[in-house]
Amino acid sequence: MPKLAKQTLNTAGTSPAETIPPQPSYRRPWWSALAAAVLTLVLGGSVLGVQLESTGITTTVRLMGMDTWGWLLAAALAVFLHQLVRPQIEEWRARTRKPSRFSVPDVMSGQKRQLWIMLAIGALLIFPFLSNRSAVDLATLTLIYIMLGLGLNVVVGLAGLLDLGYVGFYAVGAYTYALLNSYLGFSFWEALPIAGLMTALFGYLLGFPVLRLRGDYLAIVTLGFGEIIRILLNNWTELTGGPNGIARIPKPTLFNLEFSRRADEGNIAFHEFFGIDYDPALKVIYLYLLALILVLITLFVIYRLLRMPIGRAWEALREDDIACRSLGMNPTGIKLSAFTIGASFAGFAGAFFAARQGFISPESFTFIESAIILAIVVLGGMGSQLGVILAAIAMTLLPELAREFNEYRMLLFGLMMVLMMVWRPQGLVPLKRPQMELDRG
Amino acid sequence: MEDILYFLQQVINGLTIGSTYALIAIGYTMVYGIIGMINFAHGEIYMIGTYVTFIVIAALGMLGIANPFFLMAAALLVAVLVSCAYGFAVERVAYRPVRGSKRLIALISAIGMSIFLQNYMRLAQGSRDMAISSLIPGGWEFGLESFAVNLSYMQVIIFSVTLVCMLLLSSFISRSRLGRACRACSQDAGMARLLGINTDMIISMTFVIGAALAAVAGLLLGMYYGVVNPYIGFLAGLKAFTAAVLGGIGSIPGAMLGGLLLGVAEALTGGYLSTEYKDVVAFGLLILILLFRPSGILGKPEVEKI
Repeated sequence: MPKLAKQTLNTAGTSPAETIPPQPSYRRPWWSALAAAVLTLVLGGSVLGVQLESTGITTTVRLMGMDTWGWLLAAALAVFLHQLVRPQIEEWRARTRKPSRFSVPDVMSGQKRQLWIMLAIGALLIFPFLSNRSAVDLATLTLIYIMLGLGLNVVVGLAGLLDLGYVGFYAVGAYTYALLNSYLGFSFWEALPIAGLMTALFGYLLGFPVLRLRGDYLAIVTLGFGEIIRILLNNWTELTGGPNGIARIPKPTLFNLEFSRRADEGNIAFHEFFGIDYDPALKVIYLYLLALILVLITLFVIYRLLRMPIGRAWEALREDDIACRSLGMNPTGIKLSAFTIGASFAGFAGAFFAARQGFISPESFTFIESAIILAIVVLGGMGSQLGVILAAIAMTLLPELAREFNEYRMLLFGLMMVLMMVWRPQGLVPLKRPQMELDRG
Repeated sequence: MEDILYFLQQVINGLTIGSTYALIAIGYTMVYGIIGMINFAHGEIYMIGTYVTFIVIAALGMLGIANPFFLMAAALLVAVLVSCAYGFAVERVAYRPVRGSKRLIALISAIGMSIFLQNYMRLAQGSRDMAISSLIPGGWEFGLESFAVNLSYMQVIIFSVTLVCMLLLSSFISRSRLGRACRACSQDAGMARLLGINTDMIISMTFVIGAALAAVAGLLLGMYYGVVNPYIGFLAGLKAFTAAVLGGIGSIPGAMLGGLLLGVAEALTGGYLSTEYKDVVAFGLLILILLFRPSGILGKPEVEKI
């Protein structure tokens, strides 16, 4: 097809989307409302209204009952009405919008702030001793997600790089500990820094070629990276055990004191050392406290990084790439540092996850996991530490509180990402800085 | 001799898969060419197209219609229509409202849409594999007694339908008024609007064309493999994107070339190394292209203007 070679949808010279903001046009509200309603029926009816069923060896189609079609009709009607009144709603919102405002967020004074932080940490320290075992276990899981969220927040929220393969780093961290332990007999504490370094290395090696390019490529390459890691773990059976995973990963020790009923050779069990009765809850509490310490360290490190030149550079780069370059900053180096540091947090979290579970397999590191962590960052407000913590808590607690919610969890996460980006891209708890905002138009 | 025949067989299989990758890749490349964003939900549109194909074929089969060409034509019509509706709606809901904002925001919105569609389909149709029997079985065999190269009728149909789609699309882009408007938008959307082109409409149209081609790919691959589940869109989308980048994103002939190359590369890996690492090849290839020739084979290097 030599003829085809001529036409190129050329991207050169097209600056991104900013040049074409959408223009609303409501010339014929009745028609557009009707079209929207019909569209809704087509979208819903074609997929929800009929269902494929396999009966024996043949596949048949079942027409859904009146209730499904009733709902579809109701949805179409709702869309119709909404489209009819939408011009009015938008006009009303435009009228009631405040023209411009000057806002100084209430930054708490240093002492008061420290007091609050101390109180919160104190409460978190006491919590496991007052609560039951399953609640502590859940809290530990939440802490792991907080750590992952904070790590990804450095990459996505602060540096503005979309990383869709974050779970790949998490997997690298988990397998680093598991493999070092099962082949070389490393303990958790020896493997933890190595896991961090290893993931940082992976982040560096992956980021180095890709970060020179535009952000969109990074998203897809990291997505591919996450999949490659999972496929490798699944298929490299001699080393990783393939889909069977690695079992019998030891729990962390406290200065070589073990939290099991009977300690391994050469070690002493915690309860024997202190001469108390064996209590399985102690192990859970210890893991919780460990996770808490890891999260606090993560928080502190990121908090400090944010106030160092490198953290400022991340945010500056996120806001305006070209301006940064013209100020003599090296964008690749800065992005690479964010990417590497973010990855290493996933490595620590992964090693801890492996130690807590005692068993890991590639099943735990699917794309869904990456999507959940991204949803945490997006919901919490990109760049905001507090937001990420609250979002991680909400994301892990909600499925526990409502079991039936689990079925719809990913559906809602996807919907939430879209709606957040459309309505509130800065997240529920955005990063606050003293600033002046001028509303244009 | 057998080695050559084996190689030939892999190339044929690769070109079959590759031509469907090319169809999907065009959707990525056209959208990227016009609004400069990756339409992550595109793979899901392909998956929806496959589902609709299966629904139509199964429904008509229940009515006792067995003529394979009529079934295929009917499935094609409905699948394309429904997929176009989805492509249009996705652009309206997830992309148009964020078009003026930063790249990252559009990307997250797109990935959210992709997750949403995948799970929507899982809830609507169940997560199990659904299978249909092959409508057009059989094929030609040629070669030696010890090893015969197999070229199935379905493979021939895939090649020819893909070729027809490509020819239609390229003549549409190069000859028609709308195609010209489309090229104008991709060169300079702001200027095109000043000259009276309805850019919103052109952008919608790009999504719809991409969705239609993805539905065609869904129909062809669905009939070729005979299996569908809600998760096929993810991998197919990723590979088609790789194809688009390989050929040079933004370039339509590039997407075609990239798709074919990727299909052959994958088939050869599957045939000579191991099937498990087939998917790794696609991603590895993607990283290598980005490393050494980020603008792809037929693309032009991007110039960033302030």
